[in-house]
Amino acid sequence: MTLMGCSRRSLLIGAGAAVLATPALAQRAWEPTRPVQFIVPAGTGGGADQMARVIQGIVSKHKLMRQPMVVVNKAGGAGAEGFLEAKGARGNPHMIVITLSNLFTTPLATGVPFSWGDLTPVAMLALDEFVLWVNAESPWKTAQEFIAAAKQERLKLGGTGSKQEDQIIGVAMAKATGANLTYVPFRGGGEVAVQLVGRHIDASVNNPIEAVTHWRSGALRPLCVFDGQRLAGTEKITETASWSDIPTAKESGMDVEYLMLRGIFMPAGVQPAQLAFYEDLLGKVRETQEWRELMQQGAFNTTSLTGEAFRAWLTREEARHRGLMQEAGFVA
Amino acid sequence: MEEFGLLMQGFAVALEPQNMLLMLVGVVLGVLIGVLPGLGGANGIAILLPLTFAMPPVSAIIMLSCIYWGALFGGAITSILFNIPGEPWSVATTFDGYPMAQQGKAAEALTAAFTSSFVGAFVAIVMITFIAPVIAGFALRFGPPEFFAVMFLSFASFVGMSKGPALKTVCAMMLGFLLAAVGMDTVTGQLRMTFGSTEMIRGFDFLVAVIGLFGISEILCSIEDGLRFKGQRAKIDLKVVLRVWASLPRHWLLAMRSALIGCWMGITPAGATPASFMSYGVARRMSKNGASFGKGRIEGVIAPETAAHAAGTSALLPMLTLGVPGSPTAAVLLGGLIMWGLQPGPMLFTEQKDFVWGLIASMYLGNIAGLLVVLVAVPWFAAILRVPFSIIAAIILVVCAIGAFTVSNAEFDITLMLIFGVIGYVLKKLDYPLAPLVLALVLGDRTEEAFRQSLLISEGSLGVFFSNWLVSTIMAAGFALLLWPLISWLRGLLPGLPARRVRPA
Repeated sequence: MTLMGCSRRSLLIGAGAAVLATPALAQRAWEPTRPVQFIVPAGTGGGADQMARVIQGIVSKHKLMRQPMVVVNKAGGAGAEGFLEAKGARGNPHMIVITLSNLFTTPLATGVPFSWGDLTPVAMLALDEFVLWVNAESPWKTAQEFIAAAKQERLKLGGTGSKQEDQIIGVAMAKATGANLTYVPFRGGGEVAVQLVGRHIDASVNNPIEAVTHWRSGALRPLCVFDGQRLAGTEKITETASWSDIPTAKESGMDVEYLMLRGIFMPAGVQPAQLAFYEDLLGKVRETQEWRELMQQGAFNTTSLTGEAFRAWLTREEARHRGLMQEAGFVA
Repeated sequence: MEEFGLLMQGFAVALEPQNMLLMLVGVVLGVLIGVLPGLGGANGIAILLPLTFAMPPVSAIIMLSCIYWGALFGGAITSILFNIPGEPWSVATTFDGYPMAQQGKAAEALTAAFTSSFVGAFVAIVMITFIAPVIAGFALRFGPPEFFAVMFLSFASFVGMSKGPALKTVCAMMLGFLLAAVGMDTVTGQLRMTFGSTEMIRGFDFLVAVIGLFGISEILCSIEDGLRFKGQRAKIDLKVVLRVWASLPRHWLLAMRSALIGCWMGITPAGATPASFMSYGVARRMSKNGASFGKGRIEGVIAPETAAHAAGTSALLPMLTLGVPGSPTAAVLLGGLIMWGLQPGPMLFTEQKDFVWGLIASMYLGNIAGLLVVLVAVPWFAAILRVPFSIIAAIILVVCAIGAFTVSNAEFDITLMLIFGVIGYVLKKLDYPLAPLVLALVLGDRTEEAFRQSLLISEGSLGVFFSNWLVSTIMAAGFALLLWPLISWLRGLLPGLPARRVRPA
């Protein structure tokens, strides 16, 4: 019933627009006629959820869109639930989905059939960094010391979920150095950080935003960042250190690099004008002060891509994840 | 006494007319949200969050946390009137609240529920005010083994509370564990028991199951009874509130014990739902008239409500001090903090004093406002039961369906709810207790996870559950509660000791 009502209404609006405007103008100025569902394929409180809610807040605060944006968490099956919903909504321009690495890892680990090819890529908003953290009371001051200790005795590495990005990094670290790490999965990044503060685990690879407050309070210590270059932030986060003081993994003698996609997708089969609307909307979001603050707080890598460049990046990353997952023995 | 001065400043902020108004709006919205099963505090706050971005952070969090209090209050209403828990933590309230309503004592049950909610929250707020930093440090001691031990204690305190035969209780509990295992397994990252169905990926949401098992099956039973609804004779009397209040001081010990259980579970952070179950189980165990629980005892309403509210309140503490939410609602609030430019975590108490103490002051005032709002409404809520059941049953069905749908915006869940309704009806007819099933369904997943995380950490050694004083104490308490019926029974067998009949679990 609801569906029929809606389609009839949009039909009427469409007919009205066709009468009033020239076809060329109507094509260019598409905008949502219904509330936009913003799907988060992860639980409440995590990095993707936080980012989605900040975007929702920015859009409503700066009135960037006439229709409301509604964030919906579809976390079931490591995000498979949310991706399947977007895959099934072919041609629906009133749905967008934010992705994390589970776009690549979940189909490989669980065999649930979906890939980014089932969706329309809109934009890469940022890349999330990974940092190796240990408790500030632990004796390890550098990544080398930590790895040396992990060769002597088995150390516990905590992370979010299983067969996902955190564990991939753990396996890559072990492969690159011969360290002896046991991976302990938890539900969310915030939980992992607190377990590390409580010394129930020996290390974590939390995203900066998940652990920064514990760093500032002096409970955690960053050892290295899994990026090709150092983090950008040069202002002091603690009394003595800034994000850019953290060495890269490569500088620490560990050839491990991993960044996580924070990107926006739409269902497949949408019109170019509809895609253009969201590209434009996200461009405006990225220019706001609130967005810049979020990027700074979370020490994000602010690389942004759209169109062909984004597609090329996705193709490359998908292949790389397949390789990483196969090497680690995570493919179902 | 620095805290006291800061708290007074906080009151000054919270008592600004604009903030008082937001508080009232928040409480009323929260009660409405709590009444609708499935909508829940987390969803409600998520929907309203964007509205608050234009406000100053203190005003925003005052309004949102008042929605939270309102939802905590509101959850009890449908549990008592229709046996449909509006929120997961109100399930235990149905055990005695609904029988009370059937006996025409709905107003008494509602008053007791609201008042004890208030008491629970108040104890928790006082604790947050004065010993927050100490407690926050304590929460850090909880790793997977400690978490499992707390869960074990919840189950242990619950064993023997069910009235059914022991074997049926165990069967129901196992069914709950089985249902809880469906979906994604966090530890291995594999899907379990989904049989290739994409709808099953989500697993069975606790609320969908509970709305079906309790609400729908109750309607089926009432239809079988010829659409007679026993609550119709409810007397509506404005003095009922005062009458119940006069009788409540007798239960102060019970209330304090339940509040402590609640605070403990809120901080650990196991949350409000296990707190309410555990408190109910302990109250039944400690009572001289344990056997009459479940037949409409007022203690059976006081215990879970006090604990749930105490836990719900103290769950905000780990969020503020550690940045880890103690409940889904707190998780959404956490997102809000970041949007307002605040960074939750250990630095919040030192860097944002005005905000933290404004929030704490609003907890005091918001709860008082909440209590007033719901108490004034008690006669009206109770009057709902006077509507003929043939009309109200249809409305309940619609509200249940909306509730089941809202949990994860899935139509499949409505079908699932109806299936659970039929299962609940059959189990009731066969005299299987539903409570152990629900307990296992809500806690099973987290319990299993904590157990397996512990074993990963210890490389498979069970000794990890006795590796320090904290976890050993909790485990020992759990075993004592588990074996208590057996011990009492053995003591009864010994000659010379006064024989006290205790039904073994």
